[in-house]
Amino acid sequence: MNVATLTIPEIRKALLAKACSAEELCREALAFAETENPSTHAYLHLSPERALDGARRVDARIAAGEDPGALAGVPVAVKDVIVTKGLRTTCASRMLENFVPPYDATAVERLEAAGGLIIGKTNCDEFAMGSSNENSAFGPVRNPVALDRVPGGSSGGSAAVVAQGTAVVSLGSDTGGSIRQPASFCGVVGITPTYGRVSRYGLVAFASSLDHIGPFARTVEDAATLLRVTAGRDERDATSALAPVDDYPAAMAADVRGMKVGLPKEYFAGLASETGDLIAKAVDQLKELGCDIVDISLPHTDYAIATYYIICTAEASSNLARYDGARYTFRSPNSGTLEGMYRNTRGEGFGAECKRRIMLGTYVLSAGYYDAYYRKAQKVRNLITQDFLRAYEQVDAIVAPVSPFPAFKLGEKMSDPLEMYLSDIYTITGSLAGIPCMSVPAGRTSDGLPVGMQILTKHFDEAGMLRLARAYERATS
Amino acid sequence: MKLTEEQVRYVADLANLALSPEETTHFADELSQILTYVDKLNELDTANVEPMAQVLFDVEDTATMRADEAGQTLPVEVALANAPLSGAGHFKVPLVIEK
Repeated sequence: MNVATLTIPEIRKALLAKACSAEELCREALAFAETENPSTHAYLHLSPERALDGARRVDARIAAGEDPGALAGVPVAVKDVIVTKGLRTTCASRMLENFVPPYDATAVERLEAAGGLIIGKTNCDEFAMGSSNENSAFGPVRNPVALDRVPGGSSGGSAAVVAQGTAVVSLGSDTGGSIRQPASFCGVVGITPTYGRVSRYGLVAFASSLDHIGPFARTVEDAATLLRVTAGRDERDATSALAPVDDYPAAMAADVRGMKVGLPKEYFAGLASETGDLIAKAVDQLKELGCDIVDISLPHTDYAIATYYIICTAEASSNLARYDGARYTFRSPNSGTLEGMYRNTRGEGFGAECKRRIMLGTYVLSAGYYDAYYRKAQKVRNLITQDFLRAYEQVDAIVAPVSPFPAFKLGEKMSDPLEMYLSDIYTITGSLAGIPCMSVPAGRTSDGLPVGMQILTKHFDEAGMLRLARAYERATS
Repeated sequence: MKLTEEQVRYVADLANLALSPEETTHFADELSQILTYVDKLNELDTANVEPMAQVLFDVEDTATMRADEAGQTLPVEVALANAPLSGAGHFKVPLVIEK
């Protein structure tokens, strides 16, 4: 078996047919990750003991004739902002370089209970803040498709391991596009589920009204399987939704004939370039599959970035206040007084992008500015969400690009933070509305760079979104 | 919106964040640019719009109150395991009040 291209059903079949043991497969996957990782730096650290323990439990279940679980023996990578008990979780920050969490995130607990094997923690932008993975305190990730280019961010490592074949599936987190954009840049499937669909218990908080956990995979079916395992109500996250979880892999088998698909004109105006051509081609394909293509408008799109960077920085400044030198491993050596400990720990522990966002967030929440910025942004967020709700009275799904351009070169956009923020235009709107959205590979540019098509549906209609993605994938592969 | 270096220092104080003089100069410039950009929200009249503090889906999907029952919590020594400095079951910080 070639570990670099395995899928979940292939692993299941091999294990149940006793063609190999989970332990053998796990050893092979770990060895492959060890050899391949230096070229991309997608993993921050591997976790062979934990993975092999899990593999032996899967083998024991199979030997006992029990169902080994939906992810039995599947090597899974986890973004290093999601806590793993006893396994270092750094958020790619100096601040948490030596932090060993005392508990597991709910998503981690669930995927391991289903037989999934955590083989390592993936690199990302520091505290998930960035669009290129260049903000990691431990060095950037390189895109496995083109090593001189970024994998996207902030879940760059989680996208890269799946593209590189050093994991079968992975978990990332998305606050303004941090799953979809790297999925698009690396040519894999990435899903941002409905806000509240997957518990965030154990996801290190960045912007709580926007944070999501979601899967990456090489196929729509594998992503749907990981989503199904991790989704559902969790008492420990009060924002997790009670809505029942659909059987996504089963639901997506159906036909898409007659499905109404909206193209928001605001997302296509000014989208010249090969990205635009590839998305247009993908839309033609959907037409051939029998979808009704409808032109729609999401009139407040142009205000999304301003809205997002007020809300996310305000919430980040509050969430990151806890890193003060008292509780979380790092304390500045210059901590003679309590105030000095706070100030210097934070000044030395956080990287430039975290500081920028803490500063901006503190400013917009400070006395006299709250109404002008934060409250104003929350109101515009409502307008952006209403745009979507109105559109879904007319269409079943919306299709758009993920990013205005494919993966860019390392260093290319680091000097201008505002320009980097502006590149998130197509993903931020869905995040603000809290609707499910995903990136599905839609071909490559003449330079061989992957481009993703974004599919967005209404709250809790992951099944409809996956059905369209699966139909497109089937038609194009 | 133009932010002065003095304002940057004030915000850094609120955030308990030590900044170098270079960082202060740099942030005055960068944050001014970003704040000028976000001013575009003022083009919209939002007088009659409700602020959206939560993602808007049906309330019954998120009946968020759980029963108020005592559950398992982390043992003290586990909770303190990541502390840079601890002792006698507490996080230790620099002296605040003289004896």
